[in-house]
Amino acid sequence: MDARAQRETLITLSNAGVSRGGRTLVSGVDLTIARGEIVTLIGPNGSGKSTTAKLATGVLKPSTGTVVRKPGLRIGYVPQKLTIDWTLPLTVDRLMTLTGRFSAAEIDAALEAVGARRLLKAAVQELSGGEFQRVLFARAMIRKPDLLVLDEPVQGVDFSGEVALYELVRQIRDTTQSGILMISHDLHVVMAETDTVICLNGHVCCRGTPSMVKRSPEYLKLFGERAAGSLAIYQHHHDHEHHDDGCVTPQGHAHEHHHDHTGDHGHHDHAGHDHVR
Amino acid sequence: MDITTMRGMTMFGDYFSRALIAGMGLALVAGPLGCFVVWRRMAYFGDTMAHSALLGVALSILLSVNMTLGVFAVAALVAGALIVLQRQATLSTDALLGILSHSTLAVGLVLVGFLTTVRIDLMGFLFGDILAVSVEDIAIIYGGGLAILLILILAWRPLLASTVSPELAEAEGLRPEASRLVLMILMASVIAIAMKLVGVLLITSLLIIPAATARRLSATPEMMAVVAAVLGAIAVVGGLFGSRTWDTASGPSIVVMALLIFLVSLAVPVTRLFGRGETHGA
Repeated sequence: MDARAQRETLITLSNAGVSRGGRTLVSGVDLTIARGEIVTLIGPNGSGKSTTAKLATGVLKPSTGTVVRKPGLRIGYVPQKLTIDWTLPLTVDRLMTLTGRFSAAEIDAALEAVGARRLLKAAVQELSGGEFQRVLFARAMIRKPDLLVLDEPVQGVDFSGEVALYELVRQIRDTTQSGILMISHDLHVVMAETDTVICLNGHVCCRGTPSMVKRSPEYLKLFGERAAGSLAIYQHHHDHEHHDDGCVTPQGHAHEHHHDHTGDHGHHDHAGHDHVR
Repeated sequence: MDITTMRGMTMFGDYFSRALIAGMGLALVAGPLGCFVVWRRMAYFGDTMAHSALLGVALSILLSVNMTLGVFAVAALVAGALIVLQRQATLSTDALLGILSHSTLAVGLVLVGFLTTVRIDLMGFLFGDILAVSVEDIAIIYGGGLAILLILILAWRPLLASTVSPELAEAEGLRPEASRLVLMILMASVIAIAMKLVGVLLITSLLIIPAATARRLSATPEMMAVVAAVLGAIAVVGGLFGSRTWDTASGPSIVVMALLIFLVSLAVPVTRLFGRGETHGA
């Protein structure tokens, strides 16, 4: 904690909220991200994760509360899902300079860092899901961002790919010391390196370190009994996952569970919370 | 209309050379812009704006304003109307385009019918009359065309980034909404300068066919833009010579030539380098 206190604060959201056409998308969010810190937002669909991330990046202005960003904050963004139409001819090389100009040496170095240098001349449509995700990481990193925003970075990637990507996130954090804001609707897997997990459902339900959130009654309330105890904390070199039924499986399985849960969320929506809509 | 009065000028030689110069000028602009139309799947949108050009013609005659400006203004208004209607999110964009496309064309045709004082060559506006191009028209095509290309080059990176992913562009400090607006204004401008040459019904083909052809021959967006411009120019030259040889309508001949090049390009194998993936409707 002491070490973190000295780190430069990149973003501070204080009681921030967004309303659109009389509807509150998200409210009362307090959040700070400092250099080298990993913050993960979890919550069901429509819980305000993306809205909160947009507040942080400055794409949305808060309707209530304040958002203070470090002046000149540089953001690198890894989108949730990016399909590039066949009609657009795009090599990995060209994708790297999509939003800014970079030298060949910088491009090489960024791709090298994610182990994708051999893909330099490949067409993006040719890449596998994992390869493309790595390239997108490299593209965001080449900007030397102060803040890296990852929108569901492991979606659609198989378990070994998922492990590798989390590993990559950890590496990026260690080498670049950028702050990392990760969005996930995967309620089960949260990186162990995450400093703060914020559990959203229109408001902040609970927050804390992964192990704190896992035990919090609000987390259980929000994600239902079946989620009880199932927040797996992704540790270094894990090759399996613990489930609520006690079994340990080599992944792939968790996603099915997780979809069941999202389907249920409407029913426990706000139940037992004293927050007003 | 003063087109005929300019015909006597010999500065750009005969009418055929003027047609070649004008057509090539248009193709060089339409190719790169057409790439964005293909990438962003705006083909039907382009058609809608082009169809509204006839309404622009009728209104500019009624209000006695410059026709190129009138066509540009109406096309831009239609684009704006579409954005506003899309925000209401009641009908699908597809249905909205269908309504705007055909109703602007119909209103234009009805208005033209009311213009009893001026004799209007309706076929000329629907299918173009590139052989009647004046020196003044050429000046507009090259002046406007250069301006369009310049804006396109200056705005290239944000335009391309927001084509790939609006949310990515926005998160990294670019403005995809502004890019979209720039693109619409550029399209309205191309339609305004292209209308006389190929007519409201064929304008979109000059945007789309060369760009679609260029795709198979290009590995990067920039290359595709250049190849599309060159292919468009070849289609203009080939089409015009063809129309002179076989005495066919010049505007449609250019489009047929573009189509032939496209068909030939289908025989070119797409190498692994150029990628694969599902093709979507034009």
